[in-house]
Order: sequence, then C-alpha cells, then structure tokens
Amino acid sequence: MNLVTNNKWIGQRTIRPDGMDKVTGRAQFAADTTMPGMIWGKVLRSPHPHARIRSIDTSKAEKLPGVKAVVTSKDIVDFPIEKGAVMLGIQDMRWMCRNVMARDKALFPGHPIAAVAATTEAIAEEACKLIEVDYEVLPWSIEIDDALKLDAPILHEFNKFDGKPSNIVGRLEHKKGDIAEGFKKADIVIERTFTTRPVHQGYIEPHACLISVAPDGKTTIWSSSQGQFMVRAMTAYLTGIPQSDIRAIPAEIGGGFGGKTIVYLEPLATLLAKKSGRPVKMVMTREEVMRATGPTSGSKSTVKIGATKDGKIVAAHGTFYLQAGAFPGSPIRGAAGCSFTPYDIPNLLSEGYDVCSNRSKVAAYRAPGAPIGAYAVECVLDEVAEALKMDPLDFRLKNAAKEGTKAAHGPVFPRIGYVETVEAAKASPHYAAPLGDGNGKLRGRGVASGFWFNAGGESSAQVNITEDGNVVVTTGHPDIGGSRAGIANICAELLGIDYRRVSVIIGDTQTVGFSNLTGGSRVLFASSMVVTQSTEKIIQTLRERAAKIWEIDPEAVKWENGAAHPASPNAGQFEPLTLEELAEKAPAMGGPIGAGVQLNTQGADGGFGTHVCDVEVDVDLGIARVIRYTAVQDVGRAIHPGYVEGQLQGGVAQGIGWALNEEYIYTKEGKVDNPGFLDYRMPVCSDLPMIDCIMVEIPNPKHPQGVKGVGEVPLVPVMAAVANAIYNALGKRFYALPMSPPKVLEKLEAPMQEAAE
Amino acid sequence: MAKVHVTTTINGEPMEFLCEPSDTMLDALRGPLGLTGSKEGCASGDCGACSITIDDRLVCSCLMLAVESEGHEIRTIEGLAQGERLHPLQQKFLEMAALQCGICTSGMLVASDALLKKNPDPSEEEVRFWLAGNLCRCTGYDKIVRAVMETAAEMRAH
Repeated sequence: MNLVTNNKWIGQRTIRPDGMDKVTGRAQFAADTTMPGMIWGKVLRSPHPHARIRSIDTSKAEKLPGVKAVVTSKDIVDFPIEKGAVMLGIQDMRWMCRNVMARDKALFPGHPIAAVAATTEAIAEEACKLIEVDYEVLPWSIEIDDALKLDAPILHEFNKFDGKPSNIVGRLEHKKGDIAEGFKKADIVIERTFTTRPVHQGYIEPHACLISVAPDGKTTIWSSSQGQFMVRAMTAYLTGIPQSDIRAIPAEIGGGFGGKTIVYLEPLATLLAKKSGRPVKMVMTREEVMRATGPTSGSKSTVKIGATKDGKIVAAHGTFYLQAGAFPGSPIRGAAGCSFTPYDIPNLLSEGYDVCSNRSKVAAYRAPGAPIGAYAVECVLDEVAEALKMDPLDFRLKNAAKEGTKAAHGPVFPRIGYVETVEAAKASPHYAAPLGDGNGKLRGRGVASGFWFNAGGESSAQVNITEDGNVVVTTGHPDIGGSRAGIANICAELLGIDYRRVSVIIGDTQTVGFSNLTGGSRVLFASSMVVTQSTEKIIQTLRERAAKIWEIDPEAVKWENGAAHPASPNAGQFEPLTLEELAEKAPAMGGPIGAGVQLNTQGADGGFGTHVCDVEVDVDLGIARVIRYTAVQDVGRAIHPGYVEGQLQGGVAQGIGWALNEEYIYTKEGKVDNPGFLDYRMPVCSDLPMIDCIMVEIPNPKHPQGVKGVGEVPLVPVMAAVANAIYNALGKRFYALPMSPPKVLEKLEAPMQEAAE
Repeated sequence: MAKVHVTTTINGEPMEFLCEPSDTMLDALRGPLGLTGSKEGCASGDCGACSITIDDRLVCSCLMLAVESEGHEIRTIEGLAQGERLHPLQQKFLEMAALQCGICTSGMLVASDALLKKNPDPSEEEVRFWLAGNLCRCTGYDKIVRAVMETAAEMRAH
C-alpha cells in the first residue's frame, strides 16, 4: 500500500469535530435526552454476595400508584447453560442473560433481581423496596485464595476442573521451548508472587439509556456504550426483538476504557418500555456503577525468570490467576499472552487461570489483563537486572523481541518498534537527569515496558460529497478518545481539502454498516482503512467525472489539492475542476457522489511502550508521589498527535491510580465498602505531574497511513514502573498493589520482618 | 407534593422554575431548566462534573438545593461563551486537545473560569489544587493544566 508522505493534515493538531459541542455543554450524552411520555426505570439489586432465589413477589410493587411495569428474569430470554455457549464477540450470552438479571442465584451484592418503571425515579425506587424476595443465603468467597480452597462455595455447580466442581472456569497456556531445560542453563533465577486488587475503569459518566418500544415493536435505544451494534445485538438476544427492529443510537460516551463493551441496562429498559408502552430512561448511580459494573480482575501472579550471567533470559514461567467475578471471562488472554511478549525468551510457559467468585462480573479494562501480568513480569525483570548489575533498560535491550522473533502466543513479529522505545527511553532527557534532592523525602526511578495485541475486525464507513462540495463521513464506532479528529485529518488529506470541510459523525445501527466495538485499540486503525478506501473510490469517481467533462481518458486525470487536473500536458489544457464544481455538476454527470466500504480489517500490529517513572516517598506519611513520568511508545503513525499523547497521558494516569491508591475494599459481609469517588481514590489533578510523551513512529506497513492502535499500551507498564521506582527510593520491594500510604507505612515500619525474609 | 416556586438568574437571564424542596440545583438545571451541560458523575460532590457558580462562587450543583438559588445569580457552562464567541478557555481546550470524552469538560471549564477570575496568574501548582475537585479519567490532566495556564497568559497579555 502507498504510505502518504507529504502531509498537510495527517500529523496536525486539528480541532476535533465534536469539540465545539463538548466545550459549550451541548454534546448529548446518554443521560441528557428525553422523550415525550418518558418514565423512569430502577433496578432492585441483591444485598447478598451469594444466595439462591426461592421466589420473587412483585405484586405489591405493581400496585403502587405510578408504577407502569415490573420485570424479572422470567421476562429475559434464557440461554440454558447445558445447551452450550452462544457467543457474541468474546461474551457468552449464557452469562450475559444471567448478569443483567439473576436467574436462580444472586452471585454478588448488586446483582439485579428485578426492575421497575414508574412515573418518577422516586416512585420506581419506592416500588423496588416493595418487591419481596425470598433468598436462601449461601456461603460466599471473593478473594482468589478463598475461591480456590477445597471447601470453597462453588458459584457454578456444573463447572468441573480436574474432574471436580471448581471455581476455576478457564485455563489457557502459551508455551515455547522447554522451561525445565531452560532454567538449568540459568545462572540466576528469581521467582516472586504478586497480588493486585480489583480496580474500576472509573469513567465519569454512569451507564445510562433511554429506550422507546413502539406498539409495532420498533425499538429506539439511545445509550452510552462502546458499540451501538453490540447494544443492538445483545438487546435483541435478551429480549427476542429482531435486530432489524432495533435502532441503537450511540450517544456521546463519557468514558468507557473497556467497561462499556457489555450491556447492563438496555435489555431491562427495553422490556420495561415494551411492557409499559412508554419510553423508559435508566441512569445508574455512582454506587451502582461501582457495585455492579466492571471492574477488572484482582489477581495473584507468580513469575519466575532465569538468566545467564551475561544478561540473557533463558527461561521464564508465569502463572496468572485472575478474578472473573460472578461469571467466567477474566482477561487471562491479556495477562498470559502479553506479559513476556516484549522479550525473546527461548523457553517460556505462561499460564492463565480464570477464577469465579462473588463479586461483579469482570469487564474489559484498557489492555485487559496485560497490565496485571506486566506488573509481575516487569518487577521480576527489575530484580534480575539488579542481580546482574545491569542497567534495566540495557537488560531489556539485550532480550528485546524484534522482527523475526516468535512470540509465545503465536505470531512471528514483522518489523516492530520495541527496541526503538527502549532506546528512546534511554536517550530521553528524563533518563539522563539526576533524581534531585527530595528535601527529606526519598526519591527513586523505575522503568518498565509493555505490550498489547491491538486489533482489527469489522468496520464500515460511508463517505458522501454534499451538494455544495463538502464531505460527510459516517463511521460506526463510538468515539471516546478523538477518533473523529483522526478520520477528519485522513479524509481531508486524501481529498486535498481543508479538514474543516470534512464532517465526521458516528452513525446509528440502522444508518451505517456493521462495525465492531470500540475496543482493542482498533478504532482508528480499522475505520481509517474503510474511510481511505471509500475516499479513494470517490476520488476515482471525481476523476471519471472530470474526464467526461474534458472528454479525455480518466487515467489522464489526476486528483490534487481538492481538484481534478490533467495528469500531464499531453492530456490537454484544462482549468482544474474543484470538488465544489464537480459536486455542483453531479446531478447532470451521473448522480450523487459517495462511497461506502465494509471490511473485516486485518494487519493490526501489536504495540510496545517503555516508561520511565520518578517517585518521591514521604517516609513519615507513607505517601508515594510520582514526580516525573515519561511514556515512550511505538505509535505507528500519529495521525493527530494531540490525541495520541492524550491516550498515553490518560493511560499513565490510570496506571498511577492503580499502583498507588485504587482498590476495591470489601466489608466482612462481602459488599464493596468504597463504592464512591471519595473512598475509591482515583488520581486528581494535584496528585500528578505533567506526563511527557515520546512518540516513536514505526509505520505499520499493512495500513494505508501506517496506523497502529495506541490506546491500551500506555496502561500496561505503569504499575511496574512505579513499583520499581519505589524500590529504587526505599530499597524495599512491594509485591502487592496498591502501594497506598497505609501499606507503604506498614512496610517501612517492619524492618525486622523484611530482614528475616 | 407541593412544588416550590423559585425565581433566580441563570447565565444573566431571569428565570423561574418549580421544584421539589429536596431537588438539587443539578436536578433543576438538567430537568425543568433543560440545561444538561452540567453532568452528574457522582451526586456526592466528588467529581465536579456538575460545577456551576452561584454569585461567582464555585460549587457542585449536586450539593446545593435548587431552592437555594432563589434571588441569586447562577452561571453554568451554557453561559460561558458570549453568543458565537467562545470564552478563551473554551478555545484553548479545543486547540490543545484538553478534552477526550468530554463528560468532565463542562465542569473543568466552569472551575477554570472561576480560578482565572480570582487569580489571573496561577502557578501550575495552584491550577492543580484548584482543579483537584474535578475528576478527569481520560486526559491525565496534563493538557488541561497546560490549557488553563496558557489561557491565563493570553488573557493577561490582552
């Protein structure tokens, strides 16, 4: 494919198409819309971590004045477990139907039991209290160790592991060489066990939807999600309404980070709307978001790495246990598949275990699983480098995967940019700068790397030339990070016109072709492919139209700077025909100008990053602060550098939160004890320094603009970089997250225990 | 359930509305007043997405009762631009990519405007602590802080 080289718009920091509405408060998010006759839906949720539902009596709730409909699991289409998996993407509808509404058992506090629609939110809430549920309360477990005990309560009795009922609901492994042989060659072997807590994606916008079901069954869904087609398909599955009758309109989405790749409210609101004959709006409270959506897995990982004296890794073994929550599906693929991938390791075994326990079902979170695994691997690498007395970046360079390296999860790498990220980190002003005096506080520096698969998949686009010669691009992916800005740059570049003449919108399910989720760092990669091909078709049409007007061969017409020109003096002397002129002549010259392309895009290359982190630890208060941070990443091609940097900076901020503060804390009754932003402490502005970005651009040869996904890699190395920096500051290693003030103090105040270990 | 009649000023315009005594200002803005630019992220005053000013004082509208606006002057994100002319903060946020999903943007802009009215020359630390009540999960705050400081510098120069 031709890489565009002379750019006017690609690589420019243009104004995003949706920006004006967002700075003026006009952007319509899911909770911002109303419909005539709209009523409100609320969910009754289980107070118990684990309970059999003997019966549900909704009669009192139904009699409450103002109540218009009540639904329970009886109204949701069942996907019987024994009939086997019904997959939609990576989600099994057997679990989805039980996650949106508990069937025989409630599996976590917050698990929906019933839903009510009433004329006001207050009446709907009151009605929920009138629903009588007879629970048989069961023993429960939340932590991985508890769920794996021999006498642990089993969430899904049908599930067997090693022939016995078990909470281990899945396992995968990646293998290369022979680790037993490999470790024999090692001069040094280090093995450590790490734990991380569940953390929430933390999007500021709670889940919300507004749904109308007309008497003829035509359904309109206005909701916040990472995929309107996912919303349509899951709602169709769970309500029995055909997809052709469901128009899912993507509202502006107030953050997702993976957490809005499944549905929670839409099937319930659809059924309530159908039963009541009224449009139904549902908006989660923050507490509901924290109790019943996301988070990512808590984990327990053991990583063993062996290296020779000259710094070559000869063997590695990783075992990653991840908490799935109530239903199977924790991101073991990311943990086991990504963690060792930056390195060329001849003998490797990487195993992932999916463990169910009584907390909310895990949802994807930015490079799902990869940050958890990288935390363990990159911390052990730091110890190995230290034992070998090697600079940690030199150690990584010595073992770096490069073109031709076979990754344990399958691929043989094409040209990749990992080495370049390490070299750029090494050459950065940050890595060369002295740590400086902490004025009584201890300072340290750490580094870490990370990998994420990235993804391609299905995308559709329609590009239309308006009658006045401007451009409207419709794609099918909700834009969370600025993908519309990237698309505008690319389309303007190809057409040779000002980017402000390109309007980019996100179509709904009935106006644009199927497009898979916004996830996997796939959106700009995939959508720019279909937009490029659509635009190329349009340029071909424009050349043909000009050729017809000039009465020459279309091959003798070139498209440049927004106009058709004779390709060479031999073609004849003609004044250029601009896009506006050709649009004006369109009706007489063959009709409207537009093109659509639908592809299952291929060729998404994985992404690599290397981070450098400085911390300062107040040893009296136990507070660790990140005081300087540099994120280096191979971004392929930065179509809009401002939003690429934004991805890096945002990912780093989430990782710093995960490393230093964020965690789910449970009461002894098994309920989340910090279901709000005050006690679930995400980084605020005063917690963070500026986050420096170094964008290494190794264009993806399989993409017309060289794009690689960039959104997820930036979270992968962060916790290890912070942990390694804290070790460098304190001389003590932490093997558990978060490294929050009480835990840092505990460590600092236990010198004897440390020495004894 | 008798509703309360409230007379107030919103973005410079006299306004009347009816509300429940227990309604928050955010409920009133997003409900009867139709000003959905203020967002509800938490309803507990922790995220700042609903930031407004009352008589130039920055508050979370989710922590204020709607009836408390009686006789006072309320300003929201919808009143930041002067007609077609964006406030310099709005323009700078656009130019410097200081927003991603946009859910926190209204609150960030209202809070930043309140800061620059009080302190036209804030240090980075002052910006960071002033905005510590406004959560953003997308940007890592870097570009927001830079946009606020650059706007302040430009506004001082004019």
